[in-house]
Amino acid sequence: MATDQDGRGTGAVAPQFILDRRDALPALIGRHEDFLIVSGLAGTSRDVAALTGDGAHTYTMAGAMGGACMIGLGLALARPDRGVLVVTGDGELLMNVGALATIAVMNAPNLAIVCVNNGHYGETGYQKSHTSRGVDLEKIAAGSGIKATRTIASQEEIAGGARLLREGNGTAFVVLRVTPTDPPAFKRNMDPSACRNRFRTALFGGA
Amino acid sequence: MDEGVGPGRWQDDLYDLLRRNNVTQFAYVPDAGHRILIDRSLADPEVHSVALTSEEEGVAMLAGADLGGARGVLLMQSSGTGNCVNMLSLIKGGRFPFLTLVSMRGDFGEGNPWQFPMGQAVQPVLEAMGVICLRVERPEEVVPTVGAALTMVFQSGQAVAVLLTQKLLGAKQF
Repeated sequence: MATDQDGRGTGAVAPQFILDRRDALPALIGRHEDFLIVSGLAGTSRDVAALTGDGAHTYTMAGAMGGACMIGLGLALARPDRGVLVVTGDGELLMNVGALATIAVMNAPNLAIVCVNNGHYGETGYQKSHTSRGVDLEKIAAGSGIKATRTIASQEEIAGGARLLREGNGTAFVVLRVTPTDPPAFKRNMDPSACRNRFRTALFGGA
Repeated sequence: MDEGVGPGRWQDDLYDLLRRNNVTQFAYVPDAGHRILIDRSLADPEVHSVALTSEEEGVAMLAGADLGGARGVLLMQSSGTGNCVNMLSLIKGGRFPFLTLVSMRGDFGEGNPWQFPMGQAVQPVLEAMGVICLRVERPEEVVPTVGAALTMVFQSGQAVAVLLTQKLLGAKQF
């Protein structure tokens, strides 16, 4: 019987997990300055920090697992004039899938969510996540009522996903399937209070 | 539960106080004790009234509101505080302002034994996560106490829970 102990590379990686997050995520996001960005735990926070140079328009988390999407909703409701992008992983999202129901009901037009789905809990040793075992987060999002959903598993699909993130007709939800390989190494500011002040100062000039 | 009738209900005074203080995001899991506040927020085109599936969503949402320069409040029942605990790491670590109004169960006159474990743990659990607790037992204390909380939260950057006790709300009859 399969266990959760498969290390990376030793378990069978589904053939649709072929993209490398280091290339695919920057291509999907495009001009990152177009968004205020909230990222989930370590993997996606490293992705976002590397992409933006730990930019002041990002709030990159390293704890409070399950909170990224709802931080994004609160920010999107507060700033309807700005596009808000949540970038999080499958594990972080699975901890609070109820948030997708709440977000679907609100349907903030300036909110987009990218779930970087590598099918594994990378930070804790690449144990398989539920998405490696049949759980489909796009279907959960669509079933919650989010109308603009997409799963991207190949290079050819990235441009369409990038457009969906910017359409703004309602909340968008994009699953980016990637190989279970490490995000880029990047030393970012890990102080959640300093990052709050940095974000607010950049956005409206006051801490 | 005596919610009062007509003008002068403390719940209406409380809603008006929150709005005067520019609270524009109301997050809640439906709850009898907060019914009037929730209904007022739903009827108010100037605010976002956000129904949650679990209270921890509201903790994260209010942090996001603060990042964008907006003020919010989380309305929850005492049992919901247990659902918030790890997400309060975000509030404490990030030193986000945080205001929650908690309708208490499992306390004065409670007739449902299931409510006691979390109800009695609300204050120690919140305090362990750095949230200051203010208890309200009389209708005339509601507005001054929440007014004090608003200053502590949005002027001084603290995390504050106002506990609306069963002495105030009345114990649900079984």
